[in-house]
Amino acid sequence: MSGFDHDPIVEMKDIAKHFGPVIALNGVSFDVRPGECHCLLGDNGAGKSTFIKTMSGVHKPTRGEILFEGCQMNFDSPRDAMEAGIATVYQDLAMIPLMSVTRNFWMGREPVRKIGPMKFMDFAKANQTTMDEMRKMGINLRSPDQAVGTLSGGERQTVAIARAVYFGAKVLILDEPTSALGVRQTANVLATIDKVRKTGIGIVFITHNVRHALAVGDRFTVLNRGKTLGTAQRGQITPEELQDMMAGGQEMVALEGSLGGTV
Amino acid sequence: MAESGQGAATALAKDERVKEISGLRKALIRPELGAIVGTIAVFVFFVAFAGDSGMFNAQGVLNWSIVSAQFMIIAVGACMLMIAGEFDLSVGSMIGFAGMSIAIISVTLQWPVWIAILLTLALCVAIGALNGFIVVRTGLPSFIVTLAFLFILRGFTIFFPQLIERQTIIGGIDDAAEGDWLAPVFGGKIGGWIFDWLAEMEMIAVFERGTREGEPIVNGIPMLIVWALVLVAVAHVVLTRTQFGNWVFASGGDAQAARYVGVPVNRVKILMFMFTAFCAFVFATCQVMEFGSAGADRGLLKEFEAIIAVVIGGALLTGGYGSVIGAALGALIFGVVQQGLFFAGVESSLFRVFLGVILLFAVILNTYIRRIITGER
Ligand SMILES: Nc1ncnc2c1ncn2[C@@H]1O[C@H](COP(=O)(O)OP(=O)(O)O)[C@@H](O)[C@H]1O
Ligand SMILES: [Mg+2]
Repeated sequence: MSGFDHDPIVEMKDIAKHFGPVIALNGVSFDVRPGECHCLLGDNGAGKSTFIKTMSGVHKPTRGEILFEGCQMNFDSPRDAMEAGIATVYQDLAMIPLMSVTRNFWMGREPVRKIGPMKFMDFAKANQTTMDEMRKMGINLRSPDQAVGTLSGGERQTVAIARAVYFGAKVLILDEPTSALGVRQTANVLATIDKVRKTGIGIVFITHNVRHALAVGDRFTVLNRGKTLGTAQRGQITPEELQDMMAGGQEMVALEGSLGGTV
Repeated sequence: MAESGQGAATALAKDERVKEISGLRKALIRPELGAIVGTIAVFVFFVAFAGDSGMFNAQGVLNWSIVSAQFMIIAVGACMLMIAGEFDLSVGSMIGFAGMSIAIISVTLQWPVWIAILLTLALCVAIGALNGFIVVRTGLPSFIVTLAFLFILRGFTIFFPQLIERQTIIGGIDDAAEGDWLAPVFGGKIGGWIFDWLAEMEMIAVFERGTREGEPIVNGIPMLIVWALVLVAVAHVVLTRTQFGNWVFASGGDAQAARYVGVPVNRVKILMFMFTAFCAFVFATCQVMEFGSAGADRGLLKEFEAIIAVVIGGALLTGGYGSVIGAALGALIFGVVQQGLFFAGVESSLFRVFLGVILLFAVILNTYIRRIITGER
């Protein structure tokens, strides 16, 4: 797709991450280009979350280098990565259920009007923008004061995605956005991913569901026990091959045989 | 791709199984609800049962207003801190400590009262910052850290006056404060002319005999009440209307989520510990100026009363949700009930029973409201 005539926005080379004695990542290379959806697949505990956290400045890699738009980068905090244009929707969502949609949407980047030493939040602007951005993503909020806790899982994902897009993300990292959702909400989130990709943002889509990955992915990288098993392009790999790579090969084939190929 | 295209088409369709929340119910889902209902109930009750006891004449109103204002000052600090996700159990000890500090500096050391007040302010806020610093650095529950300071501060508050003066009460602060420029900011009264005028219009009572014959019985609004109202107003505006307020909610709602998006959670929490300490300082200074003395047992149990007022005001013990106005109403309920029982001639120990009961009710109501908001079951 369109992404392939561009240089990568982010390039991760031979990343390793150790937590004390635990080797969570052991030499992973990965890149994402504008307008593509690069899926990162892997079973639970494969190191997917750890990997994207090194990309978004939460963890410092033990080894390896990160290039952002061709330059070597050393993010000290999630804030640095965010400022550079790497937005992340974490697996645990990073939304605060008790706070309103508007307060969540603007959290950490509130629009302010200064009166003396006081920085007042510009609620008129904040509410209006929130409603507009959510509508663009296909969600009509009842009210911007609505607590995020009252939204469905899919809608919460969409708030997080809309927030990232609005604040000018160049790369959007989604950590298992569909793992806790039902069929219809999953479809909505996948549609949103497709919409965002078309605006030229590079997307890193993490999942352990092969069908979800194949629905929107342009490229697929599989992680297994902290290592990559290579990157494949859309159309060059079958769902069965992806599934096998995720499970680390042999066992899955045997298991699938016994279950009649339904996994 | 067909799957996702279809998804987009259905995304706009309303989910018919989500019940529309009625306007009334939505209006009810606000943190102050319980406190508003409680305030009305308490006033109706005492107007009915103690209406003719003098509780609602000028002096009676002043009486429960002062008690309410005291609760309010410490409740405001506890409220902001609780919304930011932390507790401070050292508030009561801090009150005793601050009062004693003012007394020792101004009476024992004979330094000017304004210096005593300012030094004590600096000391209190620094201890608040230390509390906060230890909590965010160690990641220990603030319950434990501030419990330690509850004992440490109370211990010093008893130890120093015994060491220096061989007693646990130091008096004479009123004499020392004579002519001081800062002391009236805590111990003075304002708006005396309003009461002179009211007395002239025969709307409030005047002294019938004695040296103050002809003067109104109530001759001004104590600065204590002014402090309470100003603190409530400022804290309410900061919490609900400013960027910093959003950070307070976020820090208490989910510190990790807030950090991910760049909210300086540690700074917010430490500042709230400092603010709580500041409120305890204001309480102590007003009290010392009113009594003219400092006692080592002042402020006992105040931390719990503050927390109860905040919870009645609708704040969640788990942080991230609450209201300063609610906490202020909680404090008002306290003041009115405590003094109302006195006016109604009820045994004052029953006030504690009331506190316990209303605390239970408030927590149960809050849990219910929280479930409605977050959609948890
Ligand atoms: N902060 C941490 N400290 C120690 N071990 C960790 C930490 N984060 C992740 N791990 C370990 O790293 C491995 C990979 O975890 P993770 O990246 O969360 O996997 P995934 O997201 O693919 O399910 C796991 O074995 C996990 O226990
Ligand atoms: Mg994960």
